Amino acid sequence: MAAQLKPGQGPLEFSRRLWLRTLFAITILVLYTPIFVLIAFSFNKQNRGGVWKGFTFENYPKAWNNSAIFDAMINSLTIAFVTTLVATIIGTMVAVMLWRFKFPGKPAYEAVMGLPIVIPEICMGVALLLFFNKSGMTQLLAGAVWPLNLLTIIIAHIAFCFPFVTIVVRSRLVGFNRQLEEASKDLGATEMQTFWKILVPFMKPGLIAGALLAFTLSLDDFVITFFTAGPETVTFPVKIYSMVKTGVKYEVNAASTVLIIITIVATVLAMKLQSTEKAN
Amino acid sequence: MDDWKSNRNVFWTLSTPGTIWLVLFFLIPISILFVLSMSDKLVVDGETSINDYDYLTGITNYLRALDPNIISIFLRTLWWSLLSTLACLLIGYPLAFGICFAPERARPLLLLLIILPFWINLLIRTYALKTTMGANGIINWILETVGIGPVSLLGTTPAVIFGLVYVFLPFMVLPLYSTIERLDRSFLEASLDLGATQAQTFWRVTFPLTMPGVVTGIILVFIPCLGMFLISDELGGASSWMIGNVIQKQFGSSNDWPFGSALSFILMFLTFGVLFLQWLYQRRSKGVSA
Amino acid sequence: MAEPIVSVRNVWRRYPGGVVAVDNVSIDIEQNEFFALLGPSGCGKTTLLRMISGLDTPSEGQIMIGGEDMSRTPPNKRPTNMVFQSYAVFPHMTVADNVAYGLRVTGVAEPEVQVRVKEGLEMVKLGHLADRKPDQMSGGQRQRVALARALVKRPKVLLLDEPLSALDAKLRDDMRLELTRLQKTVGITFIIVTHDQDEALSMATRIAVMNKGAIQQVATPQQLYEQPSSRFVADFIGKVNLFDATVIGQKGKSVLCDAKSIGKIELETSKTCQGNVTIAVRPEKLKISKTEPKGAGLIKTQAKVRDVAYYGDWSEVVADMADGHHISVNVQNDSREGGAGVSIGDKVWVNWQAADSLLLTE
Repeated sequence: MAAQLKPGQGPLEFSRRLWLRTLFAITILVLYTPIFVLIAFSFNKQNRGGVWKGFTFENYPKAWNNSAIFDAMINSLTIAFVTTLVATIIGTMVAVMLWRFKFPGKPAYEAVMGLPIVIPEICMGVALLLFFNKSGMTQLLAGAVWPLNLLTIIIAHIAFCFPFVTIVVRSRLVGFNRQLEEASKDLGATEMQTFWKILVPFMKPGLIAGALLAFTLSLDDFVITFFTAGPETVTFPVKIYSMVKTGVKYEVNAASTVLIIITIVATVLAMKLQSTEKAN
Repeated sequence: MDDWKSNRNVFWTLSTPGTIWLVLFFLIPISILFVLSMSDKLVVDGETSINDYDYLTGITNYLRALDPNIISIFLRTLWWSLLSTLACLLIGYPLAFGICFAPERARPLLLLLIILPFWINLLIRTYALKTTMGANGIINWILETVGIGPVSLLGTTPAVIFGLVYVFLPFMVLPLYSTIERLDRSFLEASLDLGATQAQTFWRVTFPLTMPGVVTGIILVFIPCLGMFLISDELGGASSWMIGNVIQKQFGSSNDWPFGSALSFILMFLTFGVLFLQWLYQRRSKGVSA
Repeated sequence: MAEPIVSVRNVWRRYPGGVVAVDNVSIDIEQNEFFALLGPSGCGKTTLLRMISGLDTPSEGQIMIGGEDMSRTPPNKRPTNMVFQSYAVFPHMTVADNVAYGLRVTGVAEPEVQVRVKEGLEMVKLGHLADRKPDQMSGGQRQRVALARALVKRPKVLLLDEPLSALDAKLRDDMRLELTRLQKTVGITFIIVTHDQDEALSMATRIAVMNKGAIQQVATPQQLYEQPSSRFVADFIGKVNLFDATVIGQKGKSVLCDAKSIGKIELETSKTCQGNVTIAVRPEKLKISKTEPKGAGLIKTQAKVRDVAYYGDWSEVVADMADGHHISVNVQNDSREGGAGVSIGDKVWVNWQAADSLLLTE
C-alpha cells in the first residue's frame, strides 16, 4: 500500500521530506564547518598549532602589520579592481558587437571567445608564462615600480575574465527590444546617445553581474596568477599557498576572515542591487 | 541582426579591443605553448641549455607521455574526476530538487547557502579543509573524543575526492537548479495522475526532462577536476598526484618546459574530447526532438 | 438513487499564512454527469479539482470516490485522471508513448497497451499522428493527446482543468462539441473547471458556482440562469439589471418592496423575506416603448436612452433612469430599423412582467 498523503499537503511537496532536509542540513554543515573553524581560529591566542588557547583579537592587527600579508592583500585587490574595470568594458563591447552584428566567421569567433573559459586554467597559466617570458615582458617588469609589476597578472586576468563578462551581458541583451533603439534614433538621438541612454541602462543588471563575476574570478584566481606572477609580486592566494607549505600563523586566518567578509558583503550587495533592478 | 557592413565604424570600435586582447594574450601564448611542446632543449657541445631551445624538432615530448607512470597518472586523473563528478551529481541533484520544491520565498536563500562558498577564495577553502582534516583538526578531535581516533586523513585518495566534491559542488547545483526550476510541475503531476509511482515519475519524466542541466553540471565539474592540481597537492600526497601536479612540476622544479607544454596540450585535447561528447549528445537529442 | 461517484464532504483547504482556498465545501457528483465547477479566478475551483485528483489534499473533510474515502490516497492510486490546463504532454515522448504511459507504468501487458493506445487515438481522431513528437503539434492536437492519455486509463472520473482556455475561438467551439460527444461515448463522469460561463452553460448537465472558496449554488444551467439563488450568481451568469430594494411587507406569497429607481412594486415569492433585498431582471426580459405601456402585472419605469449598441440580430439599449442609475435592455432586431426604433436622447418607457423579475435575499 502506497504511503498516504498528509492532510493539506500535495504529493510534490518534496521540501518537507525528512531525508531531503537531512541531506541539506548535512551538506550545509560540511560546507561551512571548515570555514567557521578557520574564522574561529583567527581569534586564537596561540599563534599556531591547531589547539584552542583562548580568545583574542590580536591576530588582526598582527596581520595588518605583517607587510607580506598586507602587500599581498593590496596587490590582490588592486589587480581585481583594474581587471574588473577593463574586463567589463571590453567584455561588454564584444557582447554588444556579437549581439548586434552578423559577420563572416562568427561561429568560429564565438568558439575562440569561449576557449579561455573552457580550457583548464593550468594550460592557460603555462601558456601565458611562456608568452611573458619569451616576449621579454617578465624580465622588463621584474624590477618595475608598483603597480607596474602587477601588469602581467592584470593582463592575464583580463584575458580570462572578459569572455565571462561577454557571456553574462549577452544573455541579458537577448531580451532587448530593438524597437527601443529605433525609437530613440527616430526621436533624433545619435548612435552614441542611443548607446548611453537606452542600451546601457537596459544592460545594467548584466553589467553588475558580469563585473561581480570578473571581480570574484580575479580575486579568487590562484592558478593563472601562480604562473604569471613575477618573482617580487605576490597575491593573497599565492601568499596563502606558500604559507600553507611552510606552516601557518593565525594571522593568515585573520586576513582570510577579512577577505571572506569582503566577498560575502560584495555578493549580497550585488544580489540586492540586481533584485531591486529586476523589481523596477 | 545588422550586417557588419551596415555600420563599419561601430563594428570595428566594439570588436577591436576584445579581439586584440584575445589574439595577443590568448591565441599567441597558446601557439607558443604548442611550438614549445614540439621543441627540445638546445644542446651545445654536449651540454643541455637551461632555457634555450631547438624549436620544432618533433613529437618526442608527446611520446614521452606514453611512459607508464604518466599514463597511470592520466588514468587516475580521469578516474578521480569521474568519481568526483558522480558524487557531485548524487548529492547535487537531490539538493537542487529539494530547493526547487521549497516555498518560493525560501528558494533564493537556500540556493545562496549552497552557492556562497563558491564565492569564497579557493585557496582559503582549501586551507580551511586542510586544517579541518589535519592531525589536530576538528574531525580528528571528534574521532578522538568518541575513541576511534586519530586517523591520518590527509594524503589519502578519499581526502582528494572529498576536496574536489567540496570545491565543485556549487557548479553542479547551479545548472541543475535552473533546469529543475524551469520544469513545468504539471509534467510530474500528470505522471502521478496517470498511475506512476514517485520513483517511476522520477526516472521516466523528471530525470529525462532535466537531462540538459545534468549534462551542463557534469561538464562544469568534470573539466575543472581534470586540470586541478591544488587539491591533490594540498590534501593528497606525492602518491596522489593528478596530471596538473605533473605539469606544474615541469614548469617548476623539473624545469622541463617542453614536456610540460606537451602534457598541457594533451590535457587540453582531453577537455576538447569531453566537450565533443557533450556536443554529440546535444546534437543527438536535438535530432530526436526535431 | 445510485450512490454519487464523487462525494465531497465538508472539505477545507487552508494554506500556511492563513489563506483559505476551499471553505467548507460539500457536493455530490452523480454517475455520468458532465459537471462544471464555475467561478472567477482564485475562487478555489482548481484547488477543489486537484483535491479530487489527489494532487492536493484537504486540510479537513472527506473526499469519497466510488464510495471509498480517498481523501489521503495518492493520485496514482485514484480512479481519476486529469487533463491539465497546460496539457502536460510529455515532450520527450511520441504521441503513442504519451498515451501508453499510464498503462505501461501500471504494468498493463504490452499487446493490450498497443490495442488500447490505438483505440484511444482513434477516439480523439489522432490515429495518423501516433509517431509525432508533441513539439510538432498544435495546441488543439496536444489537448487531444492529453484527453486520449487520460481516457485510455478508463477512469471513473475525468477531470478537466480549464480545457478550452488556451485554444483560439474557432477551435474552442469545435472542442466544446467534441467533449460533449466524448462524454456521451465513454459514459463516465466529467468534471470540468472553468471561469467561462458560456463553456459551463453549453456543456454541463450541472454546474456548481463557486466564489471565495465556497459553493454559491449547484443547479442545472437553466436553473442557474433563470433562478439564481444569490446576487453573486445572478451577476456572474449572464447580464442582469440589479436594483437594491427594501421589503415593506409580506402577505402570503406576495411581497411589497420599495426598489431604488423603480418605486413600489409587488412580487410573488415562496421565500419569506425582510429588510434589504435585490431585485434582478435579465435584459432580454425587458421591453422598450415610446409610449406608456398598459396591462396588468407590468413593472415600468421612465428613462432616457444613453447608448445603443448594434450587434446585428439584436441591439443593446442603455438608458438612464430618473435617479441616474442605468438600465440595460436587449432588443431583437426583428425589423430593419433595429434598436426598437429608439435613438440616443429619446425619452422611453422600459417595462417587464413582474413574474420575470427575481427577488434575491442573498
